[in-house]
Amino acid sequence: MSEEQVTVAQIPDISLQFEGRVVKDTRAGYSGFIVGAEHLLDVVQTLRDELGFDYLSSVTGVDYLPEGKMEVVYHLYRSIGGPALVFKVQVPRDEAVVPSLYHIFKSADWQEREAWDLMGIRFVGHPDLRRILTWEGFAGHPLRKDWKEPYFEEETKPYKSRWPEGITGYIEDNNPYHDNLQYPAGFDPETWIPQAEEALYASAQKIGRDKELHTDTVVVNLGPQHPSTHGVFRMVAALDGEQVVFLKPVVGYLHRNHEKIGERNTYLQNMPFTDRLDYVSSMSNNFGYALAVEKLMGIKPPERADYIRVMMAELTRWMNHVFSFGFLWNDLGSYFTPMIYALEERELILDIFEAVSGSRMMCNYFRFGGVARDLPEGVLNKVKELVFERMPRQLDAIDKMLSTNEIVRNRCIGCGVLTAEQAINNGASGPNLRASGVPYDIRRADPYSIYDRLDFDVVVHYHGDVYDRYLTRLDEARQSNRILQQVVRDIPEGPIMTGKPAYQVRVPAGEAYGRVEAPKGELGFYIVSTGKPNPWRYHVRAPSFINLTSLEDMCRGGKIADVVLNLGAIDIVLGEVDR
Amino acid sequence: MTGKGFLSMLLGVFKRFVMTYVEDFRKGKKRYYTAEGIESRRKADVQGIFTIQYPEEKLPVPEEFRFLPFLVYEEGPNGEKDLRCTSCGICAKVCPPQCISIVRTNDPVTGKPVPQPKEFYIDVDICMNCGLCAEYCPFDAIKMDHDYELASYTRQGNIYDIERLSKPVSYYAGIRPTNYSAEEHARQEKEALKAAAKKPAATEGAG
Amino acid sequence: MSDETIQSSNYEIPPEMQGTVSITSLDKVYAWSRKNSMWPMMFGLACCAIEMIVLAASRFDIARFGMEVMRPSPRQSDFLIVSGTVTKKMVPQIVRLYNQMPEPKYVVSMGACASGGGPFKEGYSVVSGIDKYIPVDVYIPGCPPTPQALLNGLIALTKKVDKERIKTSEWYAKGSEAAVPVPVLGPDLMDPRKYALIYEQTHRPIEPEIPAETEQKEG
Ligand code: SF4
Ligand code: SF4
Ligand code: SF4
Repeated sequence: MSEEQVTVAQIPDISLQFEGRVVKDTRAGYSGFIVGAEHLLDVVQTLRDELGFDYLSSVTGVDYLPEGKMEVVYHLYRSIGGPALVFKVQVPRDEAVVPSLYHIFKSADWQEREAWDLMGIRFVGHPDLRRILTWEGFAGHPLRKDWKEPYFEEETKPYKSRWPEGITGYIEDNNPYHDNLQYPAGFDPETWIPQAEEALYASAQKIGRDKELHTDTVVVNLGPQHPSTHGVFRMVAALDGEQVVFLKPVVGYLHRNHEKIGERNTYLQNMPFTDRLDYVSSMSNNFGYALAVEKLMGIKPPERADYIRVMMAELTRWMNHVFSFGFLWNDLGSYFTPMIYALEERELILDIFEAVSGSRMMCNYFRFGGVARDLPEGVLNKVKELVFERMPRQLDAIDKMLSTNEIVRNRCIGCGVLTAEQAINNGASGPNLRASGVPYDIRRADPYSIYDRLDFDVVVHYHGDVYDRYLTRLDEARQSNRILQQVVRDIPEGPIMTGKPAYQVRVPAGEAYGRVEAPKGELGFYIVSTGKPNPWRYHVRAPSFINLTSLEDMCRGGKIADVVLNLGAIDIVLGEVDR
Repeated sequence: MTGKGFLSMLLGVFKRFVMTYVEDFRKGKKRYYTAEGIESRRKADVQGIFTIQYPEEKLPVPEEFRFLPFLVYEEGPNGEKDLRCTSCGICAKVCPPQCISIVRTNDPVTGKPVPQPKEFYIDVDICMNCGLCAEYCPFDAIKMDHDYELASYTRQGNIYDIERLSKPVSYYAGIRPTNYSAEEHARQEKEALKAAAKKPAATEGAG
Repeated sequence: MSDETIQSSNYEIPPEMQGTVSITSLDKVYAWSRKNSMWPMMFGLACCAIEMIVLAASRFDIARFGMEVMRPSPRQSDFLIVSGTVTKKMVPQIVRLYNQMPEPKYVVSMGACASGGGPFKEGYSVVSGIDKYIPVDVYIPGCPPTPQALLNGLIALTKKVDKERIKTSEWYAKGSEAAVPVPVLGPDLMDPRKYALIYEQTHRPIEPEIPAETEQKEG
């Protein structure tokens, strides 16, 4: 089960290998390579097939408005571990056309759609380049730097209007519609024909018509208001009898402009916003963001802060996994009683978070170079009681109740199988990837913080079905417990912050990608700084979002009733999917 | 055996049910509506009933708990309110959703700003309860409140003004005793240092 | 707080009701029984929804108020907790759900987001308060409101229900069943009630746009 040592090879200098097609990125603070758009497909194909870079983690765009360039940034990893190979494609802004990697890496699917939706980069060869977070017909590409929202005040925060001559009243009073609205000039609402749904349903209806038997598929729409979709998530499935032959998730019902707001915020102001990404495990989000910015700033937190951080992150992971068991039960039809048990455990951990950070869910606890405040008195003892007694005991109870339960076994075993190849190709991460037999855990593959010092195993299971995903989470919760026991035992005394707390941090120009193993999977923050108080580009590689790419593969061929189960087993949080 | 897993689950549920009464019996009257009882229901070894019966019993909030911000004022001898805030604007700058809006007082004669806010608004329908304003205020003038029972039938008045935001120091000291005494301690030390360094005209920043 | 608004409503008593209004104590019993069995709709939007789920779990346990029956269908629910950020993409669905609820129906706006847009208000795809589209009965500030704060809000709602009388309550008046028009997703969210205004604004001559924009910047 353990994957103790992965050979971490250095990143090869691919500018030598692909001479003339690839050059090094020589801008100060940047790393990686720049690939010509016309060579992108061959280069990536070679990278995957010959150099073993088989895991495309993140695809995103950056709008360099002053230079008139649009850049697409790719982060490519080896699924055996090691650092990222970063490469970029630069295209002119007004004619942003890039070949799509859809056919090489399926994980590019949704990320390219997102880049098209928000930045207006057209990916040639993508079979389904529709808008994903906004809706079909939305005016403009909001993440472009010259796009302004209705309440636009200033390019960056803090706004000058708030002090010393503050404003009173609501901001919407400045808007002609008294709401967050704007329309292009000359637009006439009476003649508007909504178009979003047609394209979606048409692609569902095309599939699976049986010529001989003259059967038709039935198109079913689930969500966005559905009791089992874990939030405002929607799916359109085409059914042949009870079998799913086609399934398209529809997301964006909780799109809250996280990235646009993030680019306006100062670095510190983004911290509480990250809480609202994966709102079940806010401490992990804080962790990822703090790491990314610390990477740019070149600072490291003191020892004690590192221990506290890991403690919080692992408590979060444990809590998240137990919460997901509650949902699993729920999805299996055991309505709410088991959920109550899961939530009981969660409450006890939330008590700790509340005592430490002040809020149950929106912790906002990490700062660049440390944590906001030291553990209050008595908290460590409470944690000790939990990790040495209650948490292992409750996990065993869950194990006993759930793992051998007939309903769980009958429904979950063999349901929603994702093979290792599919999982890697789809960019699945976290327990979803490890349940398919790929022992990839960022805490081991690309260690951060103090994880290289801690003793734990990378959990891996091999069947890739819902049951194995559940087992992976269960075992992972046990490993978290093990980490926690070491952390509370070894936590040193000392400062909790490098340098002085400051509300305005100095971040040198450059780019950084910080990633952590969040409970849901690989959570990455891609940040481009220009040396100003606000990030130029702030992108979140959200694990739930990319894990959903696999949903169709899991559901196709299965029964419609299992779709709910598959969705639950991916363990998504809509705040993170839609951002 | 088929059904065994199922039965063990039912057994688990039943055990919890029974434990409620066992605990009731063991703890007796103290179990409900007492601080001790509430505390015992949030311990790691809690068994049986877990519910805090809200309007009658309230879950005590920890000291660091934050809900909405409030402004601290020192009470003068005749009941006048002396806000600690100097309208330096740091909280308005640091606030992530920019929901703080401050109007600085200008001296009517010279037109120069005086360290006192004329108006201070917080839009609680925007505030994300992040606590950054309280964390970075250099004068300990804005703090996070513990009062969460704020439901209302209208949205009018959800932009809190200076009147609604101000609360006395004694209230602050009551909800956050540790923080309060630490701050007082630091302030006294600072004052002592300043006094020692420069006997006359120690311009203390705490307004 | 708004007792006046509840009691001073100037609705006419419909003729079919006029015979019944004299039975005031029965009216009270009716309100009492209604307030003790309010069924919320199982409808989560964002982060606040997690706190709403927690409310249904053992620590806070809304079963004590007769609210544990979370209905997944709007047809069976008494009130809707708008628990989280209302995005433009989601508004049409929320309005539709609201229209589908049987009367009397109530809306609780939970958290900063639902009441006024919350921290995401400045963004391009978030609505500045659900009350721009559907009427809200109770507002609960906080981000997120803790479960106890939410309970406080729900108790406020039951108090409101308790005070309602068949005679004065708008639910039993004529014309109360008019549905809220469902907004449409266009280049931006379009409220059918505002079509004329939109047309007027988008067909203004170009020049006045510039001062309007600078005005916006100054805030
Ligand atoms: S509350 Fe504090 S930070 Fe804000 S203006 Fe007043 S003194 Fe400055
Ligand atoms: S708590 Fe956060 S959002 Fe609220 S006023 Fe303070 S800084 Fe602003
Ligand atoms: S009010 Fe806060 S916690 Fe609630 S949905 Fe909005 S951002 Fe999330």
